[in-house]
Amino acid sequence: MIKIEGIYKSFEDLEVLKGIDFVFEPGKTNLIIGRSGAGKTVLLKILVGLFKPTKGAVLFGDTNFLNLDKKDVREIRMQMGMLFQGNALFDSMTIEENIRFPLDMFTNQTLAEKRKKVNYCLERVALEGINNKYPSEISGGMQKRVGIARAIVLEPKYLFCDEPNSGLDPKTAIKIDELIHDITVDNNITTVINTHDMNSVMEIGENICLLENGRLAWQGNKNEVLDSQNEILEKFIFASPFLQRLKSMALSKAK
Amino acid sequence: MVRNQLGHVGKFVLWHGQIFQKPENWKMYYKETIRQMYDIGIGSLTIVFLISVFIGAVTAIQFTYQLEGTFIPGYYIGYIVRDMAVIETAATITCLVLAGKIGSNMAAEIGGMRQKEHIDAMEIMGVNTSAYLVMPKIIAGVIIIPVLVSVSVLVNIGGAYIATVPFGISTEAEFVQGIRSFFIPNNVNIMYVKAFVFAYILTSVSCYQGYFVRGGSIELGAASTRAVVYSDILILVFDYIIALVLT
Repeated sequence: MIKIEGIYKSFEDLEVLKGIDFVFEPGKTNLIIGRSGAGKTVLLKILVGLFKPTKGAVLFGDTNFLNLDKKDVREIRMQMGMLFQGNALFDSMTIEENIRFPLDMFTNQTLAEKRKKVNYCLERVALEGINNKYPSEISGGMQKRVGIARAIVLEPKYLFCDEPNSGLDPKTAIKIDELIHDITVDNNITTVINTHDMNSVMEIGENICLLENGRLAWQGNKNEVLDSQNEILEKFIFASPFLQRLKSMALSKAK
Repeated sequence: MVRNQLGHVGKFVLWHGQIFQKPENWKMYYKETIRQMYDIGIGSLTIVFLISVFIGAVTAIQFTYQLEGTFIPGYYIGYIVRDMAVIETAATITCLVLAGKIGSNMAAEIGGMRQKEHIDAMEIMGVNTSAYLVMPKIIAGVIIIPVLVSVSVLVNIGGAYIATVPFGISTEAEFVQGIRSFFIPNNVNIMYVKAFVFAYILTSVSCYQGYFVRGGSIELGAASTRAVVYSDILILVFDYIIALVLT
């Protein structure tokens, strides 16, 4: 479980986050949603420790991540996996070397053991047999999946995904969502996904945090989205006339 | 502006506390250091060879020209070329050139990793990126650049030999006599002190410029240029300080 309490973040005079409290639950896909500039990425970067908040606490279990010294921060970070928006795969390494990198750095396993683990992770993301390819030789969707494989190779307790569906076609995006959800449930990971993809919200939004102008505007799950009377949520989710039509159709059918 | 520059100096000095920390995995750091040594050493051998052979040759020709009409014995050519190489040209010129070649490369490599979020990815894995990305480069530099400087001295002398002996400007006996005359062993110590200090400067300054780069490709290009310019300036400043202190 990750709990954030009273998170504020300013960049010089610009206040990006204005006192956010939220609990990211284990074994669930927790979504941070909101319009561009709402503060989603800043919040995610605070969670992983890339930004320090101006005020507030980030609790991993009972430990306040912000009060730890560098050594303890690194220990918590070894329990984290992260999928970046741009994948952040090391382009001069093969796929196998990319996934093996955390194992090389932090374990004393033999090469055979590490290879077995890499192959298991590749199998988990349905990408067997691409060990010797370079990231530039595979598609964007495959790169995302390799990013997931690398993020889970150390069996993390926390998985963070920054816009996992950006730049993907709808079908591949759904596959990525399903994969992240399955991994979360199977391994009982606390997964935090930063997204503005409506499909993800409706498919895997088990615990949703909607940000608006740096404030928590709504929280709930995918089942509560349709019934919610929250104006900000409505404007965000059903932004296009097409989706508004779909909503009214769904509601009239329900009646 | 002065305040900004002093801020960078402070940040650069404090950053060293993060660079020289116990590695997470000695084997990974060792592998990376060997890779860097190969890249710096073998990758720079051709350029070091080329500049050294021509500097040696030009020094010899220029000195011969200055000797015309004087009573200074011909064997002084070998002596002057040797001392010029050992005291000044081998370490300083080699490191100035390497700042351009290796320094810009290091700044671009690390800066590119920063922009592509590779550094963030490593940080989140728990890697001390300052140590993993910078320490092997500095260690490789301070080990292999003095070796390149040693090679440069030999090639300098070889260049001077090729430019003088086959063309009858000096005889082989005179040249060898010059090389063996008035040798002061401490000059070699000074050369290695310079090589070590310059290697440290050019690797650490270049890595700093790359590691803290912000923005896009234009900023990365600027950081790469700054890596070379600041390294070169600091090399020349420390060249003067070392000359002042050790001679």
